[in-house]
Amino acid sequence: MPEIKVTPLGAGQDVGRSCILVSIAGKNVMLDCGMHMGYNDDRRFPDFSYITQNGRLTDFLDCVIISHFHLDHCGALPYFSEMVGYDGPIYMTHPTKAICPILLEDYRKITVDKKGETNFFTSQMIKDCMKKVVAVHLHQTVQVDEELEIKAYYAGHVLGAAMFQIKVGCESVVYTGDYNMTPDRHLGAAWIDKCRPDLLISESTYATTIRDSKRCRERDFLKKVHETVERGGKVLIPVFALGRAQELCILLETFWERMNLKAPIYFSTGLTEKANHYYKLFITWTNQKIRKTFVQRNMFEFKHIKAFDRAFADNPGPMVVFATPGMLHAGQSLQIFRKWAGNEKNMVIMPGYCVQGTVGHKILSGQRKLEMEGRQILEVKMQVEYMSFSAHADAKGIMQLIRQAEPRNVLLVHGEAKKMEFLKQKIEQEFHVSCYMPANGETTTIFTNPSIPVDISLGLLKRETAIGLLPDVKKPKLMHGTLIMKDNSFRLVSPEQALKELGLAEHQLRFTCRVHIQDPRKEHETVLRVYNHLKG
Amino acid sequence: QQQHEDLSAKKLRLTKPSKSAALHVDLCKATSPADALQYLLQFARKPVEVESVEGVVRILLEHYYKENDASVRLKIASLLGLLSKTAGFSPDCIMDDAINTLQNEKSHQVLAQLLDTLLVIGTKLTENPSVRMRLVEVACKHLTDSSHGVRNKCLQLIGCLGPVEKGVAKEVESQAAKDVQKIIGDHFNDQDPRVRTAAIKAMLQLHERGLKLQQAIYSQACKLLADDYEQVRSAAVQLIWVLSQLYPESIVPIPSSNEEIRLVDDAFGKICHMVSDGSWVVRVQAAKLLGSMQQVSSHFLEQTLDKKLMSDLRRKRTAHERAKELYSSGEFSSGRKWGDDAPKEEIDTGAVNLIESGACGAFVHGLEDEMYEVRIAAVEALCMLAQSSPSFAEKCLDFLVDMFNDEIEEVRLQSIHTMRKISNNITLREDQLDTVLAVLEDSSRDIREALHELLCCTNVSTKEGIHLALVELLKNLTKYPTDRESIWKCLKFLGSRHPTLVLPLVPELLSTHPFFDTPEPDMDDPACI
Repeated sequence: MPEIKVTPLGAGQDVGRSCILVSIAGKNVMLDCGMHMGYNDDRRFPDFSYITQNGRLTDFLDCVIISHFHLDHCGALPYFSEMVGYDGPIYMTHPTKAICPILLEDYRKITVDKKGETNFFTSQMIKDCMKKVVAVHLHQTVQVDEELEIKAYYAGHVLGAAMFQIKVGCESVVYTGDYNMTPDRHLGAAWIDKCRPDLLISESTYATTIRDSKRCRERDFLKKVHETVERGGKVLIPVFALGRAQELCILLETFWERMNLKAPIYFSTGLTEKANHYYKLFITWTNQKIRKTFVQRNMFEFKHIKAFDRAFADNPGPMVVFATPGMLHAGQSLQIFRKWAGNEKNMVIMPGYCVQGTVGHKILSGQRKLEMEGRQILEVKMQVEYMSFSAHADAKGIMQLIRQAEPRNVLLVHGEAKKMEFLKQKIEQEFHVSCYMPANGETTTIFTNPSIPVDISLGLLKRETAIGLLPDVKKPKLMHGTLIMKDNSFRLVSPEQALKELGLAEHQLRFTCRVHIQDPRKEHETVLRVYNHLKG
Repeated sequence: QQQHEDLSAKKLRLTKPSKSAALHVDLCKATSPADALQYLLQFARKPVEVESVEGVVRILLEHYYKENDASVRLKIASLLGLLSKTAGFSPDCIMDDAINTLQNEKSHQVLAQLLDTLLVIGTKLTENPSVRMRLVEVACKHLTDSSHGVRNKCLQLIGCLGPVEKGVAKEVESQAAKDVQKIIGDHFNDQDPRVRTAAIKAMLQLHERGLKLQQAIYSQACKLLADDYEQVRSAAVQLIWVLSQLYPESIVPIPSSNEEIRLVDDAFGKICHMVSDGSWVVRVQAAKLLGSMQQVSSHFLEQTLDKKLMSDLRRKRTAHERAKELYSSGEFSSGRKWGDDAPKEEIDTGAVNLIESGACGAFVHGLEDEMYEVRIAAVEALCMLAQSSPSFAEKCLDFLVDMFNDEIEEVRLQSIHTMRKISNNITLREDQLDTVLAVLEDSSRDIREALHELLCCTNVSTKEGIHLALVELLKNLTKYPTDRESIWKCLKFLGSRHPTLVLPLVPELLSTHPFFDTPEPDMDDPACI
């Protein structure tokens, strides 16, 4: 029985460090190669020694696929390819290829330069690693080798995020990466055709949430910003450089434009500028509106949003500032926060999730007195708002994708075990397909029932279909023909042709048998009687 | 043979010397199929007089029989169709010939073209039932053809010409075309998606011509909703809609449980489902049709606005509900805290259906669709449904107000118009009014004017609301002086609609500034300032 084996090295019943091994029809593919935000020791990278105990990775893996540029999906790539050693192809989409090295370099800087870690990958390693990358277009089928082919589908989420279909012969697996089924201000919704894969590996970050309309959140957000600015307060929006930041920028930009507002909006760090450049470049990956209007005006060329300078923070009057990082744990956003926290007219809006222990998490949970380094106590008087602009599919979105793709099996990764359990139950109930949720290092085996393609000669097909009256798709049809198995291929031809091809003469088998008849009459009379009997 | 041809040519030349003869000579001269094709093309460009049509048709047919090249025959067949369209010409004489040629034709393309010609002939002779009968029979015979093009045309023909009146000429009907619906229905499962589409279209055509479709088709049509091809799904959505209008009250069972619901509700749920289809063509189609399903039960209708929020296995209130609650509890401007939307009431895990009930949140999906075509369709549908149901109008208000912030101007404009149409049924809450008024600052004039019109006929619930509107409008007056006329008109209507609410404001307004008195109800000439 042919089978597909899936082993998550990361992201199995967990969020972060996405890395999934798939063996399909003798081919081994690694999906994503991410790092874990929560750890700083060996656990931050997947355990690649699991793949081969002592052999070379290149010999074992046929290819590596990276779904998008978030570090929990690509953060371990240089470590994997340069330090562990892998020389095979790495596939990702064009925008991912462009943005990924920027983020990796940033990550490296923080770990090595700021935290002073040694034994980490170097800039050169990132460059070498990127040389192994093969970029793919949407819906382009890439032959990795003669049998293995991959194809990218649009996934929303962030610029360049893609879902990948991995196909060997008739067996196929779809890996979604992270995706979003509701379009946002700059990206469209994920889309897949009815490819009916044997297995769909889906993320399940929001396995138990069904979100309400995005528009409420947008309206709330705009209203809060507007009110604060009108009051003369300053708004701080801590973001990660890519993804949500762009969406919120567009949101504010269009709002400013429409309302003719004058308060300045600033955007911190050079990293983001570089990223915005790529957003301008890959306009085809964005949504309908931006694609349609970019001839007149590129949405990412912000009129109202300017680069931020440290000195601006002390300027009087209202302003809106986007600053990195998103969880207020370090860097510019924290500096600005400290400056502004004392004034109740100001506001901080957290647009995303915050990990426990960060300043962001503390203020969101209602803490008003923060102990900063150096024992000083910071009193937070500014308003604190939380607003979820996360770009993952909610439970309904996940179900919708399953309905679109019609897989035979579903496997959940990238989510919390308890929530997965719930969704798993729902999926099984709704679609009557089996659903799996392996933990890290646990192997799931799925038996497939691949159909074997047989070439049929046109003459035979026409002759046989002509016999039946109404062709009925639903029913199997009986056919007469000869099956030739030759050179690893199957062909169905008419018997005559088969004989000719194989150079065989036609033999007729005649079955005879002897029957004793007790009959008193004469011989020819008996014969005649039997003959007449048979004739009758 | 040659002589005979000359003879006929001569005879024709006697009566109508121009067209037909020239064509005939040309065709005879043609040595290769390509030449003949050229001549035919030239001929097709010129109009033909009514008197000469028949002659031309004869000549064409003659050549048709002789011609070996399929492409030329194809052209002739299409010419025949064109010619029979000529006004004043009765094509029944060539029908027999066309049917005869059909029988001997081998090429699928030519067959399809001939059937098309027959369709044209048939549509010209709709009053003649026996002709129609015969054509339908011919079409049924060719339904088994292996080419999708031919089957397509056959179905089209049946759809256009199939008998609509029951009971007329029963004995004839009982033979080949015994039940057109059944024949077409069989092709819902054809292996070719184009034929499936044609079958559904034919069914719709029958409906348009007045035939009452059988309810049995409903279950078949439902299966087609899951088809792989978007054209099929799109047509199936239409068919389901038609059926739901025909049999709104009949009862259908829900599979997997032994409950039953009204057909229109079931259909509504199914079409809602298609609003989240993979193809945007289908989504637009579905969203549009939703608007015209007014018989649907109100609880189904209301479900379309609720995605049934749940968080961590528990029910979570929607932001709209929260907004309402905040409003009613008086602390309107208080911010939301982290974890404020933490779920409160327990909900039974089993009772939460993620997509089963279909209708769930259809409009939420439709209104935040990626393609603005879908969004516009959804807004239109909302409008139509809200016009017929005041309670729904009340509920969908929040969503409509949200649409005022859409990226695309067309959508914003559409939603403002929609709002105006349903304004009789609704009263704006203060927070909603806030959003509406925010749009006043829009830099597009169309939008502003539409909004003024909207404000002319809205009901506002509180005195503060009115005040807000006034202040905003007057602010607007200074910002966009070009809008003067429109704003004055708006103020006037706003005032006369809310006399009781404006009354307490009058002293304040009068003391602030003398020209603020425009909104006063008894002041019917606002132009005096």
